[in-house]
Amino acid sequence: MKKGLFALAISIGLIGCAEQDNNSTTTQVKQPFPNEVVVYSARAEHLIKPLFDEFTKQTGIGVKFQTGNASALVERLKAEGDQSPADILMTVDAGNLWYAASQGLFQPLNSARIASQIPAHLRDPNNLWTGLSVRARTIVYSSERVDPQQLSSYEDLGSAKWQGRLCLRTSGSVYNKSLVAAMIAHNGEQQTEQTLKNWVGNLASKPQAKDSQVLDAILAGQCDVGIVNTYYFGRMQADKPDMALKLFWANQASTGTHINVSGAGILNSAKNYDGAVKLLEWLVSDDAQGIYGALNKEYPANPKIGVDAQVDSWGRFKQDDLNLSRVGELQQQATMLINRAGYE
Amino acid sequence: MNPKHYWQITLWALIILISLPILRILSAWLEPSGEIWAHLYATLLSDILTNTLWLLLGVGLGVTLLGVGLAWFVTMCEFPGRRVLEWMLFLPFAIPAYVLGFVFIGLFDYAGVVQSALRTWFDMGGLDIRDGRWAVMLVMTLVFYPYVYMLARNAFYSQNNSLIESARLLGLTPFGVFWRVSLPLARPAIAAGAMLSLMEVLADFGTVSMFNYSTLTSAIFSVWEDFRSLQTAAQLSTLLLGIAVLLIFIERWSRGRARYDTHQRLHARPYKLQGVRAWLVTGFVTIVVVLAFVLPVSQLVIWAIGYVAEEWTERYIDWISNSFILALGAALLTVSLAVLVNSVRQQTRLSWPIKLGLRFANLGYALPGSVLAVGIMLLIIDLGEWLAPGSGIWLSSGVLALLLAYMVRFLAVAYGPVESSFDTITPSMTEAARSLGASTSRLVSHVYFPLLKPGLVIAGFMVAVDVMKELPATYLLRPYGWDTLAIRVYELSAEGLYERAAIPSLILLLLGLLGLYMVSHITKRYKLRRH
Repeated sequence: MKKGLFALAISIGLIGCAEQDNNSTTTQVKQPFPNEVVVYSARAEHLIKPLFDEFTKQTGIGVKFQTGNASALVERLKAEGDQSPADILMTVDAGNLWYAASQGLFQPLNSARIASQIPAHLRDPNNLWTGLSVRARTIVYSSERVDPQQLSSYEDLGSAKWQGRLCLRTSGSVYNKSLVAAMIAHNGEQQTEQTLKNWVGNLASKPQAKDSQVLDAILAGQCDVGIVNTYYFGRMQADKPDMALKLFWANQASTGTHINVSGAGILNSAKNYDGAVKLLEWLVSDDAQGIYGALNKEYPANPKIGVDAQVDSWGRFKQDDLNLSRVGELQQQATMLINRAGYE
Repeated sequence: MNPKHYWQITLWALIILISLPILRILSAWLEPSGEIWAHLYATLLSDILTNTLWLLLGVGLGVTLLGVGLAWFVTMCEFPGRRVLEWMLFLPFAIPAYVLGFVFIGLFDYAGVVQSALRTWFDMGGLDIRDGRWAVMLVMTLVFYPYVYMLARNAFYSQNNSLIESARLLGLTPFGVFWRVSLPLARPAIAAGAMLSLMEVLADFGTVSMFNYSTLTSAIFSVWEDFRSLQTAAQLSTLLLGIAVLLIFIERWSRGRARYDTHQRLHARPYKLQGVRAWLVTGFVTIVVVLAFVLPVSQLVIWAIGYVAEEWTERYIDWISNSFILALGAALLTVSLAVLVNSVRQQTRLSWPIKLGLRFANLGYALPGSVLAVGIMLLIIDLGEWLAPGSGIWLSSGVLALLLAYMVRFLAVAYGPVESSFDTITPSMTEAARSLGASTSRLVSHVYFPLLKPGLVIAGFMVAVDVMKELPATYLLRPYGWDTLAIRVYELSAEGLYERAAIPSLILLLLGLLGLYMVSHITKRYKLRRH
């Protein structure tokens, strides 16, 4: 009967996957470097591989990494438990670090060097994670249509003079949730809800999917002001040095400009704690912080280190020194507020 | 025990394997999350439901009109450029929906090339294409119509000339022939194609988020991200499954009772169009090909050119081979499964519980990949705890977990073409071959295999292309070292680096086109059956 054919088809299928399984185990067993550190990273490959490559070159310690969506990596780590091969979880946005910590994934990070070089507000109060690079989220404006004298704070973007002139990225972006969380910490829930409603009323268009699209929209004249992470501005500026866009440091007279971090913590499951500490300590060194700046136009987490020349050209600013773990904690409340205010 | 029982048991085992991840997701209802539901109900729920239903309606209508119309033109009419266009209409199938999404926004949105030019030259163009529903519907229609086109085209080709000639002699206009003869006969195929497109729409996350158009699926992600509640996300997914079940009922109902004779196929195109009408058809088909394929590909090429040096690394060799191996492995497994099920169906009448089980197993197609992936991960961990506590079965499951995800997700894609090619085998063929003294192996190799091959090849191709485009499940379940092209596209475009993302997108597209070429090459030899 037809059995022969099916048996054939299925055995081909099985051989196929048996073969693939072998491949995967060989890559996992092969260890070109001693004491490899295994990293799960929510930071995309093109933004971390150059750092790891340089680390390996300098120290001889290999780094194996797997990228993924932050929430999914946390679920995966929870599921893998003690048997997880990972030593470090690296994410962008403090909310994700806070969440991983709240799920008991991290162990304390005992490093005098990190404690002395990274300011306290960029680290977890219980030393479960540390920020590695700083991203500032601030106001961007059209230098043709906006007088910077009119700008002051995030909250002020809700005032009547910006009616129909504001562009925002979607509230689904974790960076906006963190910004709103920080606003709740400073201004309280009621006032923040009012600010959000004012923003929504001032929008020139449906919120954009990306920070880069907010910049595009201002440049094209669809709106005049927006809120973006500075490195998006930096990338665009590198391509078009003469563009008619400028950054404005928000809330300098009050709380300081909202910042966020990309950061990391050492996992409970770590098999190579020492290697993991070495990697994190290296990541806050001059060399590594320089690469962060050059690769992605971010700010160093270590304030004593000079910033990238292009980044420096945007001027110095006062950071909001609210501890970022508080931002993570308030994120869920921020989301509910965002939904209630009808900010898409 | 009689061999039929073995088949039944095997079939049950497979149905259970495929259904377990879905059941694991349904089990989320055991853990209540009332507070989040109350919040959703008060804020987002009604919007996301209306948005989802509108999208289904719009894209459903869009792909049906476009897919059926195009298929009818290329099978029934002769017009300038028909041969090339008929083939080119398949091509958009290889473009991932989210890629068309970011290309369209890059080209046509307020800040895009087209409107910027209009503003500079004519001082006009202030349209926000992300507003409202039409642009996202259009993009999805352009990516998903090939499902309907493929199946409808095949159905039209299997209608015979004498039927159409009789209808014409009885005084039916071309539209009358289409409406009263071709369409009713092709209904099952059209319904099946529309169904596949709508399942894709339901599971889509990338495109709707480009347009900031919130649907049930995007809400599932935000519930997971914002409220860190996998339970609520899984519970929302069951709403999605509910909609999918409803769609299946509509499909079954709209299939009608039509059955068509597959032995006599179309051997000449009944309508040789002339003059203006011919060129109108050529123009219309060309516009579709340009919008859905030529334009996005040109834009990708333009973006890619300046960034090849920056983006290319040796890692691409790994990504390409990983994408390829995963696609091939998943296609073989999924098609084998579909063949197995259909051969049992061919030999014995299936009992209703098995039929119901099969329906259920096909539902995975509507599930967003990441929810399915979490379901599979939790399932494997549960099984590990139960079978061998502490042994870490999940970590050693390797690529098998991912292949299971692909099977659950894409069984429905393979099932349709395989089912219809099995339907072309009639008992009389078997009897004829047997009476001429054919052995079982000869029967399989000379009768069944040639009849099944085109359907199997098409099913395998569709699964392989879908797997290559698949992102969320791959992103979550891949073992170390199994990065793919789709992951690279996502990581770059998530950072807004569309120019660089164009490079892996184009490679993905090329692989798809290569597959398409192979399919047309392999199935070409069977086209003679039409004559």
